[in-house]
Amino acid sequence: MSKNLVEFNNISKFFGSVIALKDVTMHIKKGQIMCLLGDNGAGKSTLIKTLSGVHKPTRGEIIVEGKKTIFDSPRDALDLGIATVYQDLALVSLMSVTRNFFMGREPMKGFGPFKTFDVEKANNIASERMGQIGIDVRDPSQAVGTMSGGERQCLAISRAIYFGAKVLILDEPTSALGVHQASVVLKYIVKAATSGLGVILITHNVHHAYPVGNSFTILNRGKSMGTFEKKDLSREKLLGMMAGGEELDKLEVELKEIDRTLKN
Amino acid sequence: MSVKSKSIQNKSKDERLRKVSRLKVLLNRPELGALGGSILVFIFFGIVAGDTGMFSAYGTINFLEVSANLGIIAVAAALLMIGGEFDLSVGSMIGFAGICIAIPAIYWGWPLWCSILFAFSMAVLVGYTNGILVVRTGLPSFIVTLAMLFILRGATLALTRLITGRTQVPGLRVLIENDPIAWIFSADAFKGLFSWLGSLGIIALRQDGTPLATGVPASVLWWIGMTIFATWLLMKTRYGNWIFASGGDKLGARNVGVPVGRVKISLFIGTAVAATIYACVQVLDAGSADTMRGFLKELEAIVAAVVGGCLLTGGYGSAIGAAFGALIFGTVSMGIYYTDVDTDWFKVFLGGMMLIAVIFNNYIRRRVTENK
Ligand SMILES: Nc1ncnc2c1ncn2[C@@H]1O[C@H](COP(=O)(O)OP(=O)(O)OP(=O)(O)O)[C@@H](O)[C@H]1O
Ligand SMILES: [Mg+2]
Repeated sequence: MSKNLVEFNNISKFFGSVIALKDVTMHIKKGQIMCLLGDNGAGKSTLIKTLSGVHKPTRGEIIVEGKKTIFDSPRDALDLGIATVYQDLALVSLMSVTRNFFMGREPMKGFGPFKTFDVEKANNIASERMGQIGIDVRDPSQAVGTMSGGERQCLAISRAIYFGAKVLILDEPTSALGVHQASVVLKYIVKAATSGLGVILITHNVHHAYPVGNSFTILNRGKSMGTFEKKDLSREKLLGMMAGGEELDKLEVELKEIDRTLKN
Repeated sequence: MSVKSKSIQNKSKDERLRKVSRLKVLLNRPELGALGGSILVFIFFGIVAGDTGMFSAYGTINFLEVSANLGIIAVAAALLMIGGEFDLSVGSMIGFAGICIAIPAIYWGWPLWCSILFAFSMAVLVGYTNGILVVRTGLPSFIVTLAMLFILRGATLALTRLITGRTQVPGLRVLIENDPIAWIFSADAFKGLFSWLGSLGIIALRQDGTPLATGVPASVLWWIGMTIFATWLLMKTRYGNWIFASGGDKLGARNVGVPVGRVKISLFIGTAVAATIYACVQVLDAGSADTMRGFLKELEAIVAAVVGGCLLTGGYGSAIGAAFGALIFGTVSMGIYYTDVDTDWFKVFLGGMMLIAVIFNNYIRRRVTENK
C-alpha cells in the first residue's frame, strides 16, 4: 500500500444554515486519478475549495503527506504542492501565454531593486512546456484570448505541473470542450498521473471520468456515497449511482411512453 | 497556403491543437493609436500654424509643459487603469496637496521642504485609504473615489478658509529660493544650452538678452522620467505582470498567488503621489496654492490614458500611450490659440477624440479576448 498524499477525514462545511458537505472522507495516492462525481450542487466545488485553501472546513481534518494541516489561504495549499485548476482556469485572456504561465511566480534576474522579470527565460520555458504537450506556441507573447478552450486548459494544467504540483485538482476540465480537445486534455491528465502526481478530477461526465479514473468518489447532496475502485464498478453502475441516474431511467420510460402514444 | 501545409507536416500528431494565430503587431502595441494621433496632430498644426511661433523654442516649451503636467498624472492613472481601477480623486488631491504645502510653510513656519514631504505623506495616506476601501469593500473604485473627490475638495476649501480666511495661499516665492529640494519641481534644465542657443540667435531673446524660453521645465523631465519608469515597471518587472493580472482577472490572479489587494493599493498610492508631484510643480511655479487647482484633472487624465490605449475594463494598456495621450491633449489645447479656430471647440475635440479611442480600444479588446 503506498502512502496517501492527501487525506480528507470527515470533512463538513456549513454555509450558515446550508450544509454543503457532511462527513466526507477521501484519500488520494501518488499516481492515482480520483474522480469526484456528483450532480449540480452536490458539493464538489466546495470540497475542492476546502482542499485548495479557499474555504476552511467547519469540521474534520486535512492530512497532507502524513501531517495534519490547516490552510489559511490558497497560497498555503500551493506551497504544499496542492495546485488547483479552477473552472475559470485563472487565465487572463488579455495577457500573453508567457505572462499567464508565470503569473504570480515570475522568474527574476539581476540584483536588489533592479531585479527584473526574465522575459526571455520565461518565453523559452513556456514554449518548451507547451511544446511537450503538442501545442506549438510560435509566439509566446500572443494573448491567451486567441487560444482554443483545450489549449487554455492545457496551459493551466502544465503551469500547475511546472510549479511543482504534487496533487493536481481539476474542476470540470473537459466540460466546455469538444470530443477531440477533451481527449487531448484527458490524455495529458493520465500522463501527469503516470509521472507520479495525484489527480482529483471533477466532472459531471461519466464518459470522461470512467476511462481515465482509478477510483471514484460520488457526492450526493453534500454526502459521500463512498469511494469505489474501478474494478468494483462498471460504467453502468457508476452512471446509475450518480444522482440523476434514476432520473435518466425515468426519462427513458417517459420517452417510450410518448413514443407509444404517438404510434397509437 | 504553403506555410500552413508545411506546419501541419512538421507536427502532424496534433494538428487540431495548433491553430494558434499570431497576433497582429498592432495588437501588441496599445500605444500605437496615440502615437499615430500625435503624428497627425503635429502634421495638422505644422500646416495650419507652422509659421505662427507655435513651434519656436518658447512655443514648444509651452505646449510641452501643458502636456507634461497632465502626463504626470496620466501615467499614474494609466497604471491604475491597467490594474483595473479608476481614481476620480486625482484632481481634488492636486488642490489638497497644494494647500498641504502652502499652509504649513506660510502659516505654521515650517521649512518648505518639510511641508513638501508632509504633502507627500498625506498623498500616501489618501491613496492608501482609497485603495483599502476599494479592496476591502469590493465596491467599484468609481464610487469610492468619487466620494473622495468631494471629501478632499471640500476639506481643502473648508480648512483653507478656516486657517487663512481665503481660498488662495500666496507668498511662497521667497521660500523657494533657499529651499534645498524645491528645485526638484521648479528648476529649468539645460539653462546653459538655452542661453547659448539664444546667443547664437537660434532661439528668441528678451530685451535684456536672456532667452525667452529659459530651459526645459522640471515638469517635462518628470513626465519623461515617470513614463520611462512606468514602462519599465510594466514590461520588465514582476510587479508589472501583477498589475496586468490584477486588472485582467482579479480572481484568477489571486488564485495563482498574485497579491491583488496590495497591487491595487499601491497603484492608488501612485495616483495620489503623482497628483502631489503635479501640485508641487504648479505651486512652486506659481508661488501660490489655490483650493480649486486640479479641477477636472482626473477626467483629463482618464482621457489621456484611454487615448493612450488603456482599456476601461483593465488588464491592457501602456504608459507610453498615456504619455502620448497627454501630448495630444497639451499640443491641441495650446495649438488651438495659434489657429483661427475658436478655443471653445477644444472640448468638442477632446470628447470626440476620447470617443474614437474608446471605440478603437473596444475593437482591439474583442480581437484579443475572443477566440481567433
Ligand atoms: N459561499 C456559499 N454560501 C452559501 N452556500 C453555498 C456557498 N457555496 C456553495 N454553497 C452551496 O453549497 C452547495 C454545494 O455547492 P457546490 O458549488 O460545491 O456544488 P457543485 O457540486 O460544485 O455543483 P456544480 O456541479 O454545479 O459545480 C450548493 O447548494 C450551494 O448553493
Ligand atoms: Mg462546481
